[in-house]
Amino acid sequence: MLTIKNLHASVEEGHEILKGLNLGVKAGEVHAIMGPNGSGKSTLASVLAGKDGYEVTGGSVDFDGVDLLDLEAEDRAKEGLFLAFQYPVEIPGVSNINFLRTAINEIREYRKEDKMSAKDFLAKVKTASNLVELDSKLASRAVNVGFSGGEKKRNEIFQMAMLEPKLAILDETDSGLDIDALRIVSEGVNKLRSEGRSIILITHYQRLLEYIQPDFVHVLNDGKIIKTGTKELALELEEKGYDWINEEIAQ
Amino acid sequence: MSNTYTEEDLARNLEVQEYKYGFTSDFKSDTIPVGLDEDVIRLISSKKEEPEWLLEKRLQAYRAWTTMKEPDWAHVNYEKPDFQAISYYSAPGQTKKYESWDDVDPEMKETMKKLGISMEEQQRLTGTAVDFVVDSVSVATSFKKKLGELGIIFCSFSEAVENHPELVKKYMGTVVPHTDNFYAALNSAVFTDGSFCYIPKGVRCPMELSTYFRINEGGTGQFERTLVVADEGSYVSYLEGCTAPMRDENQLHAAVVELIALDDAEIKYSTVQNWYPGNKDGVGGVFNFVTKRGLCERNAKISWTQVETGSAVTWKYPSCVLKGDNSIGEFYSVAVTNNFQQADTGSKMVHLGKNTSSTIISKGISAGESQNTYRGLVQIHAGAENARNRSECDSLLLSDRSGAHTFPYIECKNSSARVEHEATTSKIGEDQIFYCQQRGIDSEKAIGLIVNGYCKEVLNHMPMEFAVEAQKLLEISLENSVG
Repeated sequence: MLTIKNLHASVEEGHEILKGLNLGVKAGEVHAIMGPNGSGKSTLASVLAGKDGYEVTGGSVDFDGVDLLDLEAEDRAKEGLFLAFQYPVEIPGVSNINFLRTAINEIREYRKEDKMSAKDFLAKVKTASNLVELDSKLASRAVNVGFSGGEKKRNEIFQMAMLEPKLAILDETDSGLDIDALRIVSEGVNKLRSEGRSIILITHYQRLLEYIQPDFVHVLNDGKIIKTGTKELALELEEKGYDWINEEIAQ
Repeated sequence: MSNTYTEEDLARNLEVQEYKYGFTSDFKSDTIPVGLDEDVIRLISSKKEEPEWLLEKRLQAYRAWTTMKEPDWAHVNYEKPDFQAISYYSAPGQTKKYESWDDVDPEMKETMKKLGISMEEQQRLTGTAVDFVVDSVSVATSFKKKLGELGIIFCSFSEAVENHPELVKKYMGTVVPHTDNFYAALNSAVFTDGSFCYIPKGVRCPMELSTYFRINEGGTGQFERTLVVADEGSYVSYLEGCTAPMRDENQLHAAVVELIALDDAEIKYSTVQNWYPGNKDGVGGVFNFVTKRGLCERNAKISWTQVETGSAVTWKYPSCVLKGDNSIGEFYSVAVTNNFQQADTGSKMVHLGKNTSSTIISKGISAGESQNTYRGLVQIHAGAENARNRSECDSLLLSDRSGAHTFPYIECKNSSARVEHEATTSKIGEDQIFYCQQRGIDSEKAIGLIVNGYCKEVLNHMPMEFAVEAQKLLEISLENSVG
């Protein structure tokens, strides 16, 4: 599904953040990426999604047979890449429904499919909002405007359910959630797991991984993946912190 | 200049004029030479076979105009027009904008297609329609019949002068006197046509009145005059303008619009203005200097809604004089400027009566190198007990090179008044655009979406169909404007 080879990326001022990152994600797998602040986790998400302000200086990213780095941000989304934002953005005056309808039809047009009928669309809104227990009123309110922190994160997963991506990157979706919201969001994500869909979880905390069980856990440090393991690795990190890995590597 | 013209004079003048402007339009003999003096005004009046009282009004206006100075307080820069280089009369319907459909600018065709304007309509707008006329006449006829049954008068200004002189005489110039300002005076002296509308007592006009229905009868002129009178307890919704791009060879447009809402009447006046804004380098484009004002008697309400995307320079302040007790004035505006456009627009709310209330919602959007100014005045007179006003002026910047300016004036002479003013300026967020892109919406569509969301409060006040067109127009006006 996703093959990242020797990826180097800098912020526009020239400071290198990703320094030769390698990662392979197969269809249906869930990968967790953990790492200390400033290790490059969010940069990786931004670079994959095609956000301005980053320069890829080396390496390649293959997304299901497509050169991802060659595509505009919107085309990456149309190819099936979804990013759940750490800080979802507010768009005043634009209803969630109108926003998603536009998005879905843009994606369908790209895939040479007909526009979705209003009936199908509304049925889908209902299913998707139930998935994350999102109040149907929020679906018709302006995108993220006046939403609580938890509602914003639920709205991200709601959008994921609506857009049905091949690959979803969840950038610290657990941050700022209370325990109930964390459970609801995680259950939503679990229901969206499928054979054809891969998920990358970016997180600081092992707690999320208790709810969403990853197939692999990677530790990112200083722009590189320095250790890969299973979910037990996350537990070990929780217990010992990140320093022991550095020490282990040094030895 | 003599009062009588020979065909030879005319031909010679036309030659000079053609050379000067590079016109290739098919001028018939009904265009008068450039320049303005009392004789020209007499000529206009006689060509239109006007009554003596109207000529007198024109001459008074002209004399006032000669003593006035072109205003320069607006936040706009442009080369002042040479008023002696303009021809003040050209019989409507004589100038053909395009010879055939093939001559029409492909860019304009493309824009009309994007606006979803039908082929027939496109041809009519460009003046290249051949067989659409029959159809249009029949639509207009059945429309007029219905209005006639209710006693509603809706016709060109000239027809009103001819058929309803008592109404025109009674109301014309009562809201915008010819002494009001330089352009209003000029308009009062030289206006050639426009629209007139009268709704009788207690009648609720059952359809939106749109100049669309009488475009074949006159078309829009350079110095247009509109007068809408809503008699006691009546209601009318009036639509002005058109979303289709108007490529007009007249550089200067100075219109006057007067609205009169008598006791318990309501007038809703919606405008979409899309005159030629000049090219990407700021060359050409229309100067739009408009005076629009409404008068509210007791319990009356006037609501102005405008979407302004065109013109190189706009100078326009639709206003309400809240004379009657409990009267209401509203102004909802979206002004978009792109490239080198300049707009200085806003509203005046003059509170005279008791318990009067007014609302101003202004949304400015500046892109490219453009300058967008809100200028408003809220005036509470001594007798206006319990007057209330709420003003909200938001500016959205789409580029680093554009400007947004706000000049709100408040004059309050009654201590019971409540006046609230809020203003915000924001730059369209790169993070908002990226968020849309990440959901599969390209940046251009994203800007359209964000801008429409930003303008929603204003668009919601427009009649449905008009609002849909206005929305598309906003998107088109802002194409390629990110940066």
